[in-house]
Amino acid sequence: MAEFKEAPAGAPLGTKLMTWVDNRFPATKMYKEHMSEYYAPKNFNWWYIFGSLALLVLVIQIVTGIFLVMHYKPDAALAFASVEYIMRDVPWGWLIRYMHSTGASAFFVVVYLHMFRGLIYGSYRKPRELVWIFGCGIFLCLMAEAFMGYLLPWGQMSYWGAQVIVNLFAAVPFVGEDLALLIRGDYVVSDATLNRFFSFHVIAVPLVLLGLVVAHIIALHEVGSNNPDGVEIKGPKAPKDANGKPLDAIPFHPYYTVHDIFGVSLFLLVFTAIIFFAPELGGYFLEYNNFIPADPLKTPAHIAPVWYFTPFYSMLRATTDVMVQVLVGIIALSVISIWLKSGFSSKTKLLISAGAGAAALLLLAFDAKFWGVVVMGGAVVILFFLPWLDHSPVKSIRYRPDWHKHLYTIFVVFFLVLGYLGIKPPSDIGTIVSQIGTLFYFGFFLLMPWWSKLGTPKPVPDRVTFHPH
Amino acid sequence: MSDQQVDQGKRTWLIATGCAGAVGGVATAVPFVSTFTPSERAKAAGAAVEVDISSLKPGEKLTVEWRGKPVWIVRRTPEQLESLKSTESQLADPLSVRTAYPTPEYAKNQARSIKPEVFVAVGICSHLGCSPSDKFQTGAQPSLPDDWHGGFLCPCHGSTFDMAGRVFKNKPAPDNLEVPPHMYLSDTKLLIGEDKKA
Repeated sequence: MAEFKEAPAGAPLGTKLMTWVDNRFPATKMYKEHMSEYYAPKNFNWWYIFGSLALLVLVIQIVTGIFLVMHYKPDAALAFASVEYIMRDVPWGWLIRYMHSTGASAFFVVVYLHMFRGLIYGSYRKPRELVWIFGCGIFLCLMAEAFMGYLLPWGQMSYWGAQVIVNLFAAVPFVGEDLALLIRGDYVVSDATLNRFFSFHVIAVPLVLLGLVVAHIIALHEVGSNNPDGVEIKGPKAPKDANGKPLDAIPFHPYYTVHDIFGVSLFLLVFTAIIFFAPELGGYFLEYNNFIPADPLKTPAHIAPVWYFTPFYSMLRATTDVMVQVLVGIIALSVISIWLKSGFSSKTKLLISAGAGAAALLLLAFDAKFWGVVVMGGAVVILFFLPWLDHSPVKSIRYRPDWHKHLYTIFVVFFLVLGYLGIKPPSDIGTIVSQIGTLFYFGFFLLMPWWSKLGTPKPVPDRVTFHPH
Repeated sequence: MSDQQVDQGKRTWLIATGCAGAVGGVATAVPFVSTFTPSERAKAAGAAVEVDISSLKPGEKLTVEWRGKPVWIVRRTPEQLESLKSTESQLADPLSVRTAYPTPEYAKNQARSIKPEVFVAVGICSHLGCSPSDKFQTGAQPSLPDDWHGGFLCPCHGSTFDMAGRVFKNKPAPDNLEVPPHMYLSDTKLLIGEDKKA
């Protein structure tokens, strides 16, 4: 136990109060560690706003969610009407509901940009692997939240979207059907499904999500923030002032808190404009078919997930029998090139060939439907391994060879194209483009240990680049 | 700490009680996980449905609900039955031999039905559970091949089925549309959900 401190005689009441508290709870210590003496690099650019914005949106979602639950009825017979009741009869209910539905899309906008920032500046590299992994966990939780929350209005898209996603699990060989039954709690998506999704959406997943957010921030504050230069500001070589504080950093509070308020006001400008003038955003934030009550006998003519799932949904659709054959071909080609080019011992080569052979057999043994699910899941899971896939000698894109920048650009373009195709009805040309996109997506990550080492990086400065203004 | 002897007897007991506690924890999880399985009420809701098809005209489709799923009854025209011969070569499983959704013996024929013209199937795509839409119109149209002979198109992922619910090759759906157990109570009365074996 820490030493019991005494406030000096005649100290103001506030000091006395804080001394009393600090003797029993580390309030001042925590405030210093995470706010007033958390040193963040001074060369942050506008990419660094999205972490704070994500926290803001999280708060918006929790607060609006609490108020929505006061009026919503998680019952297949009442759910649709209760949402309309919130929209029409509850005073200001429409605002709370639109804040929540727009907040869901805003969350993904902010989080995708936040992840992209991490990707280009190497924020996942040692020692920030766990910051990144907790972040990926948060992303998974968000996807679960968004998916289960979308069932609650019990519209046509809610119903059929849930039907499709739950059936993804049914594609797992041997146990799939039972697994889907366990998730639905019935033979079709029904009242039982709605009730359990409600429970997961309002309490189970948010608890995990909050835990992960805390872990994400604690891990970040333990290792310190990265910055656009990818230069360590708290390392043994980094310049420090007389008190041992890093010279290239400023306290998070008040500098970045005040700085973030400006970003927050810009964000809220856009956010509220959408809520007031285009809450459905042309069918992208709230799909029109979801204003029709769920009908288990009739699938809407065109069914697509909400925009934030569509890149992954495209990959699912891209995995046809032809795609599986292409994958087997790629495995065969890589085995051949390993025998011809690599410096592994013959034993390792044999092992790799055996593994590849087994993989090819599995690919052909199970339905393309199952592999579609694996591809879709794998596209998210692969993100967790990013810290160990990147072997580049420099962290930040700023000092990577120029062609790396082009590669990242193509990656983003393909991701957007996959997202666009996922909104559209299936077409032959769309399938081919999304197959190429899927191969690029996985190639980008799986070949990263090789290509990230190629080329000559530019010299990395000893200190961050910063121009006072 | 380091100069103290490890009390092996105490350690054994600690490990044993720890394991016993873990077993108890796992056992407690069983009832919680069991609540996820379908309730007795959900299980009981699977009764068979009786349908009168006397007013169903050739080329028309009727949809009834059985176990919360849409069941289609289509009275096919002679041309539609004829089209089943020409589609045969483009199908993934023309003879319905796959066992994921076993086709009843009495429907293991080209028309996949008891009476050739009356087709009964669960209107749920074997891919991810969407309900395919009717595309009885023949010829070229969006999302369909130019030599389309009539059938069904799943709006979700583009799987196509012929007039006997047989899936075309190289589509996301691996299986033909499920034919539910069914039987004729009279010439115009169908019972869906039960057949003579049961």
